Order: sequence, then structure tokens, then C-alpha cells
Amino acid sequence: MMDVSYQKQPLLEVKHLSVDYLAGNGTVHAVDDVSFTLRRGEILGLAGESGSGKSTLAYAIARLLNPPAVITGGEVRYYPPARPAEAINVLGLSPAQLRAFRWNDLAIVFQSAMNALNPVMNIGAQIVDVLATHRPGMSAKQRRERALELLRLVGIAPDRINSYPHELSGGMRQRAVIAIALALKPDIIIMDEPTTALDVVVQREILAEIMALRKDFDFSVIFITHDLSLLLELADQVAIMYAGRIVEKATQRELYKEPRHPYSYGLIHSFPSLHGPRRRALGIPGSPPDLRDAPAGCAFHPRCPFATIDCTTALPLLRPVSAGTTQQVACHLYDPQFTAEPPTTAAIAATYEARAEGSGVR
Amino acid sequence: MSQSPPSPLVPTTLGEHDSLSSAPALQGKPKTPLAAGLAIIRAGLSAFWHTVTINGKVMAGSAIIGFFVLVALFGLIFVHQDPLAYTSDLVAAPSAAHWLGTNQAGNDVFIQMLVGTQVTLFWSFVTGLAVLVISATIGLVSGYFGGAVDDVFSVIINVFLVIPSLPLAIVASQYFARTEVTIAVVVALTNWPWGARVIRAQTLSMRSREFVTAARAGGERSWRLIFAEILPNQVSIVAANFVTTTIQVLLAIAGLEFLGFGSTLTVSWGTILYGAYNQGALILGAWWWFVPPGLCIALLGSGLALLNFGIDELADPRLRRERPAKNTNKKAVA
Amino acid sequence: MRHLIRRLTIYLLAVWAAVTLNFFLPRLVPGDPASALFFRLSQHGSVSPNLLNALKIEFGVDTKDPLWVQYFQYLNNLLHGNLGVSTTFFPNTVADVINQNIRWTLTLLTVSVLISFALGTLIGIFMAWRRGSAFDTTLSSLMTFFYSLLYPWLAFVALYFFAFVLGWFPVLGGGYDASQYTPGWDPGFILDAAYHAILPAFTIVLSTIAGWMLTMRNTMITTLSEDYVMMAKAKGLTSRRVMFAYAARNAILPSVTSFALALGGVIGGQLFVEAIFSYPGIGFSLFQGIQNDDFALTQGILLLVILTTVVMNLIADLLYTVLDPRVRQERSA
Repeated sequence: MMDVSYQKQPLLEVKHLSVDYLAGNGTVHAVDDVSFTLRRGEILGLAGESGSGKSTLAYAIARLLNPPAVITGGEVRYYPPARPAEAINVLGLSPAQLRAFRWNDLAIVFQSAMNALNPVMNIGAQIVDVLATHRPGMSAKQRRERALELLRLVGIAPDRINSYPHELSGGMRQRAVIAIALALKPDIIIMDEPTTALDVVVQREILAEIMALRKDFDFSVIFITHDLSLLLELADQVAIMYAGRIVEKATQRELYKEPRHPYSYGLIHSFPSLHGPRRRALGIPGSPPDLRDAPAGCAFHPRCPFATIDCTTALPLLRPVSAGTTQQVACHLYDPQFTAEPPTTAAIAATYEARAEGSGVR
Repeated sequence: MSQSPPSPLVPTTLGEHDSLSSAPALQGKPKTPLAAGLAIIRAGLSAFWHTVTINGKVMAGSAIIGFFVLVALFGLIFVHQDPLAYTSDLVAAPSAAHWLGTNQAGNDVFIQMLVGTQVTLFWSFVTGLAVLVISATIGLVSGYFGGAVDDVFSVIINVFLVIPSLPLAIVASQYFARTEVTIAVVVALTNWPWGARVIRAQTLSMRSREFVTAARAGGERSWRLIFAEILPNQVSIVAANFVTTTIQVLLAIAGLEFLGFGSTLTVSWGTILYGAYNQGALILGAWWWFVPPGLCIALLGSGLALLNFGIDELADPRLRRERPAKNTNKKAVA
Repeated sequence: MRHLIRRLTIYLLAVWAAVTLNFFLPRLVPGDPASALFFRLSQHGSVSPNLLNALKIEFGVDTKDPLWVQYFQYLNNLLHGNLGVSTTFFPNTVADVINQNIRWTLTLLTVSVLISFALGTLIGIFMAWRRGSAFDTTLSSLMTFFYSLLYPWLAFVALYFFAFVLGWFPVLGGGYDASQYTPGWDPGFILDAAYHAILPAFTIVLSTIAGWMLTMRNTMITTLSEDYVMMAKAKGLTSRRVMFAYAARNAILPSVTSFALALGGVIGGQLFVEAIFSYPGIGFSLFQGIQNDDFALTQGILLLVILTTVVMNLIADLLYTVLDPRVRQERSA
């Protein structure tokens, strides 16, 4: 597959990754055949409803899954910027190598900072922790200085270095978690809904911080959220997940102007716009499927206004919208085998509007 | 294909197909009262079986408890002898005539154990029930009324929680007549705080829930509210509490009996141990005298504890044993 | 701080309640407690009539003072360490008996509880870390059984097996071999005392370890699924650090509370163990007191036991405050 527009080097390649949860009452395919490439200096957004598998995907890459979750197939390759020729097979790392890889090359900012921070350790200690483990050459004094430096970077007053997590406000806790993530200057940071638990004003601040830091340190981000409008602002590339599969992959502009997959459209436009005429609210009726018993064919078909009989039997694969474009979609509407002429964005819009009008929901 | 969107498979209205309405209707009413009664019994038995086999630990615990209950209920039907009857064999090892040997007075230990099972189970159960009544009442009242009532009661509960129950029980027992009733009363009055605290906490959290407010708004009287609305919602906590309490009560009663506070006419597991200790079973090497009672206490206690852990696992899924499903084709890479 | 003050109030109230109960209970018995006791004692052997007088004074039978005056006299006596005279060890006072024997009890208790808690907690941590393994499942089942063992029975069995059958330890128990040593700081005595303490300590440890183990295991399992443990792993920290500094450090908090609550039970259990092993602590004295209807002695010892439990509870509360920074702030509940 040729990605024509980007000249930047690949940093992380995920190929056909699958994760299953083995439960007593059925196996759940939480992540099903997911592939994407993260490039240097890029922000990749992962969007989807809860249960779409985005967090599972992130943890799988970091190999943080606990039983009963198991990775059942696929590859994760990391290309260290210093030596891109020596690709690292993340899934094959030994425990010792994995420990070295973790946080040095790949760090994670967890969703709820209150839960992600150890309640009985002060935040200074939680930063120094990482330094002590990965940088044995540093003296205690140097570690402390670095910790103070990091706190300054994220906007936390240095005298808070001995504070416990419960003594900090929500926003400060999130900053602390970001500070810890930056400690070893990783190349990749996975951010799992970093601002969902915060109020809107603080959200904006934190996001601005993250973007500024990214410019300074040039790390790549995998940004996980259900808030697609956020990604349309921040992300370079966006991948939309549904029921464990990627259903659309596009650049920020492409997705904003022309969302191809009916689900993508519905997702983008379920947030009412501040401008424009008053209209009925759009939504996507129904709810995400029970993954133990996913519908045959395309998992979205029960909720899709365009579903046909083929959608119930054949699983659509991710492929370019049309030959030579970078935008990819997994939908039969764009597969010449099933549909002669793919619908325009206007046509998708019209169908959703008609549905909204008929639904009686204001 | 035409330009217009293909025919949708999904209705455009938001209402989804309601699975409940397609549930099969009830088969038809039973014809006679007898059939109705049998149907109820069958339903009850199957519910009971389902509950008991829900979990490995619950099953094991119930089996052990069930065994002792059966022995208590039916054991003596097969053996008709006075446990205090004297035989000529003194301190004899187990044999065909005396399955668990005899003690210093020539009593057959096996028979004593059978009677002891009845007595011990009875008193443990009854005392456990008494503790349950006391702790539930105090817990419910304290949690429901809140305010000053709660302040007073919670101080009382905390005070009694701190005072160790066994020493207190000993203090109380020594002034009164040495009978099983004394022991039961004393144990009941010293073991209620833990349950009361748990139930109080639960009641406090329930008090602010909507169904309570609704019932109150409907003018329901406090007592009815407590016992008919709140209590039924706490059944699982109360049940788990009852099991824990019974273990403590079992050990407390046996402990007090061992110290000699029981009646000399009573034959229970604890009093057998008391006899064994006082009459030098150790020096005589009569292990068959003191091993069975303690062993049975431990077994019954374990059965109850297993039941408790089983209930815990039901409540908190994180404690359950992971049972991986069959993973046929894919090779796992964790 | 407020939290601690509240706890302190409860503890003081508990001591007061115990003391008051101690005062009123014998007076609840119908009839004349002094004469009843005198009658019972005379069945054990010959007793002097002076004893009856002493008892009457002690139980306030003949005095003209109203009840509440007697009560304050009683409290006054207690505060001065006057616990009455022991009929078993006549003419020694109860205070004498306690003074002499308490050192044995305290040493045995401290050593046993420390070993039991430390061992139990450590093993519990490993059980949780290796959850589902053979190690974990067999130990869990074993501990469920041990959890319900009656202290005296285990003591019995231990004494029978290790002393009577195997002969490794003295059958008659005791604290030390009185025919060879006298109490003192010489190594011979200390070694002999230690030797005699092994079996009782072993019994206590075995009886109590199950509780700590299972509590720690269950709390660890819950803690291991917390997000901060996952983050600790994600940070690439060593397994040991994750297990101890992140997981166990948090999991131990409920253990400390349950430690305080269970301590009362452990002290009670030790009384039995001392009785069986004839170990010369206050538990053994208590046992003898019960057998001889020596009310003054039993009351005195039991009050002391209750007081000790309360103090231990207080220490555990303080320890918890040190361990959990979240509690240090003002808490309104």
C-alpha cells in the first residue's frame, strides 16, 4: 500500500492485530484485524464509541493486556528514530527488553489520572521512580532536578512536588500524569481519553499544553477519544473504529470534508453545530453490538441507513475510496463489486436528515 | 443499480424490536391444588439446587454443612444409645464395638459425637439467629433514623466492637449458672456488633435512594418501611453476615464450653473437649477422644467459610477463578 | 486529627464500659454473691471464715453504702491498682499474680503475632501475584480449613503429636524447666525459655496466619486490577517494585485495620493456648481462676486483657494514619 502524501518515516507499524477476550460465555473479538502506521511527528486519532476496541488496541500495542485478554494475531513493529533499520518486534520482546522499551520509547497517559496515580506516593516520587529504573546513571539530586523541570514544563508549581494525588485538582493531576509520561522523552505517547474526565475549560488548557509540548519534543501521539470533533482539530490522521475494526482511515481534512463511511458521518454530525439553521438532532439509532455475538457481515449493518443484503453476509475490508487516494474506508458502498456509484457526502447527509426528521427527536 | 439509496433492511423508526414481547407465554395453569403444590415444590427445589451449585466454593461449603445437618437430623435414628451410658471398657481405642473408642468414664465417643452434632448445630444455629436479629435491628434502626439516634447507636456499636468478645463473654459467664442457655445468651450479646456495623452502613446508603423517598412520600410508616422495603434489599449482605456470624458463634460456644462454662449434663463438641482436657486424655494418649470434636468444629467452620468465600466471589467478580474458554485455532501472544 | 480524637473517645468509653460491666454483673446475680461464692469455694476445699468477710466487703453485701458510692470506691481501687486478693494464690493479691506472669504472656504474644502477620501478609502477596497457580489454590484451600480451628484444639493436637508422640518437646509444657533453671538473664535460662515457647508460638501462629493470608490475598487481587498498577507496569518498573511499592503498599491498608480488629481474638485465643501448655502467663492464671471461681483474679485479668486490646487498637489506628496519606487531612466522617 503506497501512502503517497507523507514523506515522513514510519515510527510504529501495526499489522493485522487481533485481540480476543476469552470469557466463559463466549469469546469477544475486541480488536479484529487492525492495521495502521504511525509516522514521526504525527498525531493519529483513534475514534469510536465505548466498546469499539480503541483502548484495548492501545493496551495491546503496549502489551499491557491482562488475562482474559490475549493477542491472537498480528504484528507490531517499532522503528527507533535513531536506528530505523533495526525494527523492533514489540510482541516478541522478552520481559527484560519489554521493560526497557516501556516508557523509554512508548509512554501512556491514562484516562483517569486519579486512578492512574498511586494514592500513597507523592507525585515527585512517581516521576523519580521512572528515572531511577531507566537511568541508573543519574544521581538522586539529578533525578529531583529533572522532576522539578518536568513539573515546570507542564505548569505545576515546583512546591507541589511532595503533594499526594488527592491533594491536587483534577487538571493538575492530569498534568502530573503528562509530566511522568514525558520523563524519558519517549517517541510515542498513547493518550487514552486524557481530557474526558475534566471540565471543558481545563480540557482546552491541557490540550493546548499537549500540543505545545509536542512541538518542543517532537513525539508522536496516538490520541484515543470518542469526541471526534476534537480529533478533527488536532489529529493529522484519524482512524475510526467500530466493533473492533477500523472502518475509515483518513487525514483530518479528508474526514472533515468528506466522511465516507455512514458511521463516520453519523459520528461527526451527532454533535450539534453552533452555527447554521436549527435542525433536528442527528444521531445513530441503536447501540453498538454485543461483540460475543456480532452481526454477520458488516457489524454496522443493523444501524446503517444504507444497508443491503450483501452487507449482512460479506465483511467489508479496508480499502482506498478510489484508486490512488489516501482515504480508506471499509464499506460496500465504495466497493465496485457491490455498488456501481458510491454516494456523495450530500447523499449521505440527506439520508440521515430524512431519518432525523422522521424520528421525532428534537 | 439506481441512484437512490438501496432499500434499507432496518425500519427508519427508532423503536427496536422488543425481545420481551416475544417471550413464550406460560404453559397453562395447573389443574389441581396437588399439582400446584408439587409444581411449587419442584420450582423451589430447582431454585435451591441452582443456588447451591452456582459456584465451586458454595457447592463444597454446602456439601459439608449439609453432611453435618443430615447427621444431626438422622444420625441418632440408627443408633439408640445413651451417650452417657457407662460401659466396662475404659479409655479403649477405636474398635468394632466402639467406632471412636471410649473415654475415661467408659462412654462411647462415637455416640457422644452424634449427640454432640445435634446439640452443637442446634445451639450454633439458634445463637447465630439471635445475633442476626439483634444486629439487624440495631443496624437498621440506627441507619434508617440517622441523626441523634444513629450517633448514639454507632458509638455503642463501636465501643462493643473494640471490647474483645471472648474475655467479655468469660466475664459475664462466670457469675451465672453453667448451662447452655447461659452460653447462648452471653455469646449472642457479645457478637452482634460486627453485623450491626455492616447493616447500618448499608442502610445508611439505601436511605437516600429513591424508592425509600417514594415510599415515605406515600406515607408509609417507618417500621413497615424498614422491614418490608429496606431489609429485603439487603438479603445478600445479611445472608453473608449470618454465615460469618455462625462461624464465630460456633467457635465462641465451643471455647466457652471448653473452659467449663457448659452444663455437665450436656454433650456437645465443646464439652467433649472439656472432658478430654480435664480428664487427661493427653497423658492417656487417647487421641480418639479429643481429635474428633475439634476436627468436626474445624470442618464445619471450613464449610461455612467456603460458603462465605463463594458468596464473596459472586459479589466481586474480580475474585473469581479465571476459567479460560477453549481457544481452538489461534495461537496466543500475550 | 479529629478522626483520631473520635477513636480515642470510643476507646475510653470502651474501657469505661468494661469496667462498669465488671462492677455490675456480679451484683445482677440474684441472691448474695458473697455467700454463693463462699459456698462454691468451700466445695473446693477448706476455706477460712475470714474469707467470707473479705468477700462480703468486696461485693459490698453488708455495707450500708448506696450502690453509687460502692461504684466510685471500686473505680478508685482500680485506679490505684488494687484489684483485690486472689483466692487461688491466697494471700497474693491479683496485682501480684499479674505482675509476675504478664511478661511471659507479652513475649509470647508479641513474637507470635509479629511472625504470623509478617509471614501471612508476605505469603498472601505472593499468592495474589501467582493467582490461579497450584501454589495459590492449594494454600487457599488449606487456609480455609485452618481459619476455623479452635485454638485449644490445635494446641492439644500439637502437644499430643510433637510432645507425646514424637517427644521433641516437653509434654508437661510450662515456661521453663523449674528443676534446672531459675528466671534470670543468663543464656541458659533464656534458651530454655525459648525452647518451651516454640510449641505454643507455633500453635498461635498456625491459628492466626490463615486470616492474614487470605485477607492480604484478596485485597491484593483487587488492588492488582487498579489502574495505577497498570501504569506502574507500563512505566517499565521491575515486577518487585510494582508488587511492593505500588500494589502491596496499598493493599496492606485494609490488613492493618483488620489486624486491629482481630487482635482481640488473638489475645483471647492465646489464653487457651497458655492453658493447654501450662505456659505461665496470665492466660494460664485466668484458666486456673475460672476453675477455682476466683472472681477477683479473673476480673482483674480480663480487665487487663480488654485494656490491652484497646491500646493495641489505638496503635493500629495511629499506624494507619501514618501509612495512608489520605486520612491525614480533616475528615468529617
